[in-house]
Amino acid sequence: MPEFAVLHEKPHSFYSLYERKGELQHQTHYCPGCGHGIVHKLVARAIDELGIQNRAILVSPVGCSVFAYYYFDVGNVQVAHGRAPAVATGVKRAHPESIVISYQGDGDLAAIGSAEILHAANRGENITVFFVNNAIYGMTGGQMAPTTLVGQKSTTSPFGRNVWNEGSPIKVCELLNALDAPVYLERVALGSNKQIMAAARAVRRALEVQMRGQGFSLIEVLSPCPTIWKKDPVEAQHWVAEELVKTFPLGVVRDRTKDAPVRPASAAPPALDKIPGILGLEQDDPGPTVGGPAAREPVELAVKVAGFGGQGVLLLGEVLAEAGLASGLQVSWLPSYGPEMRSGTSNCHVRIATRPIASPLVLRPNVLLAMNEPSLRKFLPTVEPHGLVIYNGAACPADCLRPDVTLIAAPFAQLADGLGGARAANIAMLGALLEAAPVPFESQVPNVLRKLVRSPKWLEIDLAALARGRQAARQEVAS
Amino acid sequence: MKTGDRGRVDLDSEECKGCGLCVEACPPKVLALASHLNRYGYHPATYSGEGCTGCGICYFACPEPGAIVVWRLKAEARPVAQAA
Amino acid sequence: MRRELIKGNEAIVKAAILGGCRAFYGYPITPASEIAEAAALYMPQAGGVFLQAESEVAAINMIYGAASAGVRSMTASSGPGVSLMQEGFSYLAGSELPCVVADIMRGGPGLGNIAPEQGDYHQVVKCGGHGNYRTLVLAPDSVQEMCDLTLLAFDLADTYRNPVVVLADGYIGQMMEPVAFPDAAVMPSAPAWAVTGTAETRRNLVTSIYLEPDVLEAHVRKLEAKYRRAEQDAVRFESRETQDADIVLVGYGIVGRVLKEVVEAARAEGMRVGLLRPISLYPFPTEEIRRLARHAQAFAVVEMSTGQMLDDVRLALEGRRPIEFYSRVGGNVPATDAVLGFVRDALLKHVRAPEVIHA
Ligand SMILES: Cc1ncc(C[n+]2csc(CCOP(=O)(O)OP(=O)(O)O)c2C)c(N)n1
Ligand code: SF4
Ligand code: SF4
Ligand code: SF4
Repeated sequence: MPEFAVLHEKPHSFYSLYERKGELQHQTHYCPGCGHGIVHKLVARAIDELGIQNRAILVSPVGCSVFAYYYFDVGNVQVAHGRAPAVATGVKRAHPESIVISYQGDGDLAAIGSAEILHAANRGENITVFFVNNAIYGMTGGQMAPTTLVGQKSTTSPFGRNVWNEGSPIKVCELLNALDAPVYLERVALGSNKQIMAAARAVRRALEVQMRGQGFSLIEVLSPCPTIWKKDPVEAQHWVAEELVKTFPLGVVRDRTKDAPVRPASAAPPALDKIPGILGLEQDDPGPTVGGPAAREPVELAVKVAGFGGQGVLLLGEVLAEAGLASGLQVSWLPSYGPEMRSGTSNCHVRIATRPIASPLVLRPNVLLAMNEPSLRKFLPTVEPHGLVIYNGAACPADCLRPDVTLIAAPFAQLADGLGGARAANIAMLGALLEAAPVPFESQVPNVLRKLVRSPKWLEIDLAALARGRQAARQEVAS
Repeated sequence: MKTGDRGRVDLDSEECKGCGLCVEACPPKVLALASHLNRYGYHPATYSGEGCTGCGICYFACPEPGAIVVWRLKAEARPVAQAA
Repeated sequence: MRRELIKGNEAIVKAAILGGCRAFYGYPITPASEIAEAAALYMPQAGGVFLQAESEVAAINMIYGAASAGVRSMTASSGPGVSLMQEGFSYLAGSELPCVVADIMRGGPGLGNIAPEQGDYHQVVKCGGHGNYRTLVLAPDSVQEMCDLTLLAFDLADTYRNPVVVLADGYIGQMMEPVAFPDAAVMPSAPAWAVTGTAETRRNLVTSIYLEPDVLEAHVRKLEAKYRRAEQDAVRFESRETQDADIVLVGYGIVGRVLKEVVEAARAEGMRVGLLRPISLYPFPTEEIRRLARHAQAFAVVEMSTGQMLDDVRLALEGRRPIEFYSRVGGNVPATDAVLGFVRDALLKHVRAPEVIHA
C-alpha cells in the first residue's frame, strides 16, 4: 500500500467548528461558488505558513464577509460599514507587534469607506488590506457598487451603469498608486487555477510586507458573486477571467518591497512616575496655597480687558490671573475666542477674589482696561459705580466720560513704543492698574512676567513698561 | 485506488455546496458532482477513485475551507523520475 | 496641593494622560481644537498615540480600534463633529467598548457659530445614533471639573464598558482656572476581553452584530440593565441652598456658574432660591429633583438652548410643580441680572407668599 501524506487541508487558522455561527457550524454562510470563501482560505493559509496566528487581528467589515470572525481563529474585531481601515489603524497603533488585516468588499472600501482607505494608505499604516472586488453589493441584494462595470445591470442601475449618471468604475489599486506611502499594491483574480495561485502568492507577500514593518499593502481580488450575477459558479468564474479583468487589469501596481524602509518603532514609553513631569506638573514646587496671607483682606476684582486682537489683551488678563493665583487668591480667566483672536476685537474676563468665584463672566466690571476707543465706548457703560477705567489713549473722548468712575487715560502704546515695543502697551496698562488700585498680588507680577514671557528682550521691555505705566498713572492721578 | 496514483482527495460531502468549481478545475477530470443530494440539497463533489495526481488545484478552487483534503504520495514512495 | 492656571481644554488632556489614556484620535474644530493640540504635544511624550484623523467619522472609529485593543482612548470635538461621530457611538456602545469623548459645544444648527451653546444635549444625552444605547454624560462647570470628570469618565467607561461623554461648552473649554491635578499617574492593565494580538486573547471578539432576534434582544437587555445600574450608582449633582428654597434653579455647565451668582444675589435680596446643578446628565438626577419637589414650589430651568435639558426636568417632575424656562442661544450666555429678573417674576407667579421678596 503506498503511503500518502496530507498536502493541503483546512488551515489551522480556521476554527475546526464554526461555533459562533449557530446553525450548520461546519460550512460557511457564503453562497456556493462565492469568492469570499476562496479568499478566506488563501488568507488563513498564509497566516499558517507565516506562523502569525497568535499575532493576527482580523478586522471584518460590513458586507457578505461581515461574519469572517465565524471562521478565523485569530483576534477578531467587527466594525461599521467602510470604517475598517480606521479601526485597523487604532488597533495597530495600540499593538504594533500584532498583524492587522482589514478585509473589505467594494462597497465597503470604495464607496462608503473611500476616505478611510485613502488616508490609511496615505499614512502608510502598517496594515494589510484584502479588498474583495465583486463589482456589486452582495449583502444588500445586488445594488450598484463603485466597481460595477459600465453597462452592468444592478438593482439600482437597472438599465446598466451609465457613466453620465454613475461615473466610471473606480480602480482602487491605480488610485492608491497615486500616493507615496503604499508599499505593495496588486490586483489578482479568482477566474482560473492560475489566477488563484497568483492570488495566493500575493496574499502572502502582502502580509510579509507588514511583518517586515514596511507599511501599507493592499491586494485587490476580482472575485465571483454567482448569486447576484445570476450565473452558475463556473460561469461566474469565467466572467471574472473574461470580463472583469478588461476593466480591472491584473498585476502588480506598486512594489516597493525592495527599497521601502522599515517604519521606525516608537520609543519605549516613559515610566509612570515621569508622567507628571512630562505634563509640566512638577511635584517639587508646592505652589501657592489658597487662603494664604494675601487673602486676608477681602478682594473682589472683576476685570474686563478689551482691545484689538494682537494687542495682548488675553496675555494681560493671564498675567493678572497668574499673579492672583500666586498670591493664594481665587482666580478665573475667560477669553472671547475664535475669529476675534485673528482680527477685530478681543476681550477677556478676569476675576480675582478671596471667596470662591461663582461666575467667571464679568458683565459688570469694577476694573476696565480699554486698549482702544471702540472698547472704551462699548464697555464703559457696564463699569460698576466707583470702578476704575484705564484707557490707552492720551485722553478719553469728551462724549465718553463717567463722573462716577476713576478714569485714567494715557498713551500707553506710545510710552511702550518709546521703551522698544508698542506691544508692551498691555503691560504698561497693568502697571497703571497696580498703581491706581493697589492690589495684594502686586509683588507677584514681575515673577509672573518672568514665567510667561519667554524672550529675554521682551521681558526687559515688559518690566520697563510696567514701571512706566505706574509712573503714568501717578501723574494722571496727581493731575 | 489504482496503484501508481500520485495523489488522492478526501471530499467532505457535508461541507460541500456542490458549486462544481473543483470539478471544473481538476486537470485530469477525476472529480464529478454526485447524482444524489446531500443533507442541504446540494449535489456534492465526489472523487472517481483513481487518477488523482495530487496537484492540489481543486483545493484552491474550492470556496469551502475544509471540504477538500489533498494527499500526496510520500517522497520516498514516489517513482524515481517524479522525485527528481 | 499645587494648582495650575490652565485652560479647560488642556486640563482634559493632562487629566486623561494621568488617568492612563494613551490614544487620542481627533479632528480639529473650534472651540475644541486645543484638546487635540495638547494631545499632539503630550501624548507622544507619554508613550501614547496622537493622530489627526481625516474626519470625525474616522477618528471615532480609530477610537473603536484602540478601545478594542484595550487602550484607554479618547477623542474630542464640537457639535458638527459630534454629529459625525454618532454612528461610532452606537457601534462602541453596541460592542461594549469604553472610551471618553469631550464635546465642547458651540452654536448651531449647521455651521452656526463657535460661541458657547448647549445645543448638543439632545444628540449627546438622548443619543443621536441608532439603536437602544445610551452614553453616560458628565457636565463640568469649572476647569477643575474638566480634570476631575475626565478622570471619572475613564473609570465609568471601564466600569460600564460604554462611551462616556464629557459635555462642556466653549467657555468651559476656553477659560482658565486653577486646577489641582492628582499627584500620580495611573495605568490600568488591559481588560481581559481586549483583542491584543496574543495567544491569550486570540479567542476574543469585539462585535455588535447579533443576527438572531432573541440573541440581540438578550444583548440589548444586558445593555439596558447596565444603564439601570448606572441610574442607581452614577448620578451626580451639586445642590446649593436648596433646603428651604421656594424656587429651585436648574442649569448645568457654564449656566451653573451664572446660577451660583444668581442664587447669591437672590439670597441677598431675601429670595429663597436654590440651585440644582446636574453633573451627570445621563444618568439624570431625576430622584433628587423629585425629592426637592416635595417642598420647592416651582422650578426654573436656565439653558443655553431652546429647552433640551428642560425635557428631562419635565420628565422628572411629571407635572408635580410648575416650571419656568429661561433660554439664551446663538452664543449668548444668560446674564446674571436678566436671570435675576426672571427669578423674581417666577417667584411672584408661583410662590404663595410673595412677601418674602420684600423681606
Ligand atoms: C452605514 C451603512 N449603510 C448601509 C449599510 C447597508 N449595507 C450593508 S453591506 C452593504 C454593501 C456591501 O457591499 P460590498 O462591500 O461590496 O460587500 P459584498 O457584500 O459584496 O461582499 C451595504 C450598503 C450599512 N450596513 N451601513
Ligand atoms: S451574495 Fe455574492 S458575495 Fe455574497 S455570499 Fe453570495 S456569492 Fe458571495
Ligand atoms: S488534486 Fe488535482 S488531480 Fe487530484 S482531484 Fe484535485 S485537482 Fe484533481
Ligand atoms: S469546489 Fe468545494 S464546494 Fe464546490 S463542489 Fe467542489 S468540493 Fe464542493
